Amino acid sequence: MRYIIAIIQPDRLDEVLQILEEKEIHLVTVSNVLGRGRQKGISEVYRGHKEGGRLLRKVKLEIAVNEEFVQATVDAIIKGARTNHIGDGKIFVLDMKECFRIRTGETGKIAIG
Amino acid sequence: MRQIRKYLWAGAVFLMFLGLSKTVWAATSVIPDISGGDTAWVLVSAALVFLMTPGLAFFYGGLVRKKNMLSILMQCFILICIITLQWILFGYSLSFGPDVKGWIGNLSWAGLQHVGLDPFAGYSATIPHQLFMIYQCMFAIITPGLILGAFAERMKFSAFCVFSLLWATLVYDPVCHWMWGNGGFLKAMGALDFAGGVVVHINAGIAALVCALVLGKRRGYPDHMSPPHNLPFAVLGAGLLWFGWFGFNGGSALGANRLAVSAMVVSHISGAAAGLTWALLEWKFNSKPTMLGMITGAVAGLATITPAAGFVGPISAIWIGILASLVCFFCVAVIKAKFNYDDSLDAFGVHGVGGILGTLATGLWATKAVNPAGNNGLFFGNPGLFLIQLKATVITIVYSFIVTWVLLKLVNAFMGLRVSDNEERIGLDLTQHRESGYTMLD
Repeated sequence: MRYIIAIIQPDRLDEVLQILEEKEIHLVTVSNVLGRGRQKGISEVYRGHKEGGRLLRKVKLEIAVNEEFVQATVDAIIKGARTNHIGDGKIFVLDMKECFRIRTGETGKIAIG
Repeated sequence: MRQIRKYLWAGAVFLMFLGLSKTVWAATSVIPDISGGDTAWVLVSAALVFLMTPGLAFFYGGLVRKKNMLSILMQCFILICIITLQWILFGYSLSFGPDVKGWIGNLSWAGLQHVGLDPFAGYSATIPHQLFMIYQCMFAIITPGLILGAFAERMKFSAFCVFSLLWATLVYDPVCHWMWGNGGFLKAMGALDFAGGVVVHINAGIAALVCALVLGKRRGYPDHMSPPHNLPFAVLGAGLLWFGWFGFNGGSALGANRLAVSAMVVSHISGAAAGLTWALLEWKFNSKPTMLGMITGAVAGLATITPAAGFVGPISAIWIGILASLVCFFCVAVIKAKFNYDDSLDAFGVHGVGGILGTLATGLWATKAVNPAGNNGLFFGNPGLFLIQLKATVITIVYSFIVTWVLLKLVNAFMGLRVSDNEERIGLDLTQHRESGYTMLD
């Protein structure tokens, strides 16, 4: 079991979600976040806009998947989020120790999907 | 660049000349009496109608996505600036100036020449001519504002400004002259439009439909759209619209008199009846009555009663309100989905349809008992009026449809109407104005 965290450009969210859905990955948690990466919060030129506080708006996706879905998920996010501009974001893949479904108390692989 | 500078100079010289000629005229005039009461009410009404444009900005703004909020507010507010200047420089003269063959006013009132502080009996004998002018100015501002609901979230700001100016000049001003200008051919035909069913709502509603068709759907419409970003703003806007409508319809009596009271009373009744009807329809067909539905109904009711406001009685107003919601609900919920066009904020479904309905309803429910200067409708023994109303409606629909279409194609050819895919994805606030409506941290 893996836990995938992706930080992407807000305007790529629709695209990413659509591609995830096509690959039958429906479970996702999305939040608005602020952050900065290697470009130190200086916004990309093509948006022509500097945001205050040196932090940029991003969208964070969190997806828990079983092993066999890891590559498909990562590929989908890259395909949807890549614009070849600085600031396209990152994907982190973490090991996940355990997973519980609150309603039934099920655990492990079955509880994810 | 040199070309542009030349035009600017020419414009500046023109303005100076206008200023001079007006002073000379003012010095030689005699001052007839005005009515203090009438003047006070129309002054307040002009301010009320003005407030409808910011109200509309919040009504529409609340319904779009977060990333486009400022673009809606900006479009509404820039219209206040652009159309006001257009109106003063030549728009008022085209609409209300001395008639040219029933089609348009001439330019002899351009720059408010001959539009002074004395009454002009041809339009309103008891208030200063300039007050009538500025009251009408507020109508000219909000009418192109109504249209923007159709192309929200995807039109280039520059194209919007150019289109709105052209539309105000080539669609609003002529239709306004036909209906309300002395010598206008719809007025001469006996068509009734108390406060703007034809001039404002049909005109803008049809233009909105054309915009939705020409600009095409938003990305992701209809399946992948986020819901309205701030419904409380939409409700606030609807409240301001309802409030302003008392000046829109009540003020159209152009005096503090019985007719103003009657127009305000029936407008309020129709708004209330329509709001309730829409809520009941949703309760029946969509399981729960919604806040958005209720305010949409109220606005539909107010738009529908607008042409009829000075001609119908209170019970007729209830019927008009109910009918408004029945028909507009059907158009928004069924027709729009069926034909699959993206009239994003239902400018056509509410204002266009409401305007058509109200103009025809005037032909049914109008009675001389309310306004001796009006006429009797079908239900009061005069089927002729209904036919006249129908004719005025059809003529306005055809004119607004064709000219709006041509203007959009023209602007599109010169500068493009629509933002790029990427700009649409990022949102108009950032791409058109380099601003965000909201921050994420305090």
